Amino acid sequence: MASSQIIILAIIATSLATFISRFMGAITSKKVSVKSKVFEWFNCVAYATLAALLGRMIVFPAGVLADSDLFIRIVVLIICIIIFMISKKNLVLPTIVSAILLSVLNSI
Amino acid sequence: MINFKIFFQGLKAHKGSKSPAIPLAACFIALGALLKDAGFNLQQSAASSLFTYALPGQLVMAESLLVGASIINIFIAVWLVNFRLYPMTVSLFPLLEHKKQPKWKYFLSCHFLAVTSWLIAKDGYQKIDKKYRIDFWIGIGIGTWTTAILMTVVGYLSADYLNKDMLIGLAIVNPVYFFCMMIGAMKNLSITSAVFGGTILGPLIYTVSSEWALLFAGVIAGTLAFLIGGKNGK
Repeated sequence: MASSQIIILAIIATSLATFISRFMGAITSKKVSVKSKVFEWFNCVAYATLAALLGRMIVFPAGVLADSDLFIRIVVLIICIIIFMISKKNLVLPTIVSAILLSVLNSI
Repeated sequence: MINFKIFFQGLKAHKGSKSPAIPLAACFIALGALLKDAGFNLQQSAASSLFTYALPGQLVMAESLLVGASIINIFIAVWLVNFRLYPMTVSLFPLLEHKKQPKWKYFLSCHFLAVTSWLIAKDGYQKIDKKYRIDFWIGIGIGTWTTAILMTVVGYLSADYLNKDMLIGLAIVNPVYFFCMMIGAMKNLSITSAVFGGTILGPLIYTVSSEWALLFAGVIAGTLAFLIGGKNGK
């Protein structure tokens, strides 16, 4: 178990490491025009990085999710995406279903 | 200073069928419970969401502490996993830019940049008058940020009442919500290729390097998508 001082230092380190990227982004944004190629490239990289993170979260999850079966996680994801498509892009429905479905499938 | 009518329009993004409130709540409740497990007290847990407010980074922090990693290691690991916020900011803030708006609004509100708020802003900015888009963004940000902090507290306090299967169920809500939102955002060839490329390359490169996976996968898949989109005129 980490001591209180270590925890506080970890919170500061984590917050700084996170804010650097946001702040640098805000500075760079001042020089980037919406119509430029650079902006389009950043847009593609942003979506791709996000997708990479999500792919990793499903295939190699951190935290409690790692205790569930990969096959079950993928099945839940696919079912929820189908619900999203047929429910005219309702986001509340698939998210609620995902939690219930995984809890139930995992406890069997 | 702030156009409150537009600000509330941003805040109202939390209502309706696209509401991010449930997925945000689910994942920060799970985080609150995890932080309690990692030895945090209530104030430290709330402070973590208040000052960091980026779930994947906070997960990395908690897990690194549990395995006894050094502060420097935590810093580098978090920086690498949260580096995505850099291209995300650069691909959103120019859309919110207006000459008449003061710079401090942009520099302070960049703290609200996280996956949820970014996806909502990308989805809704076009409906807002250019001059006040930054106020719309601040509304979205305040809403998602407050939800995250409050739910971390709720998760911490309810940790003893949640069993493992419930926590696992809560943990999948976040990736499911993000995946659905990204699929909703696939309106042209370049974004569609970026999403598919990233989803495949992310886990693939992770098997080679766990720390650098996101950065490499994002830049490679993003650049390929940019080139594919450019060739096809969109």
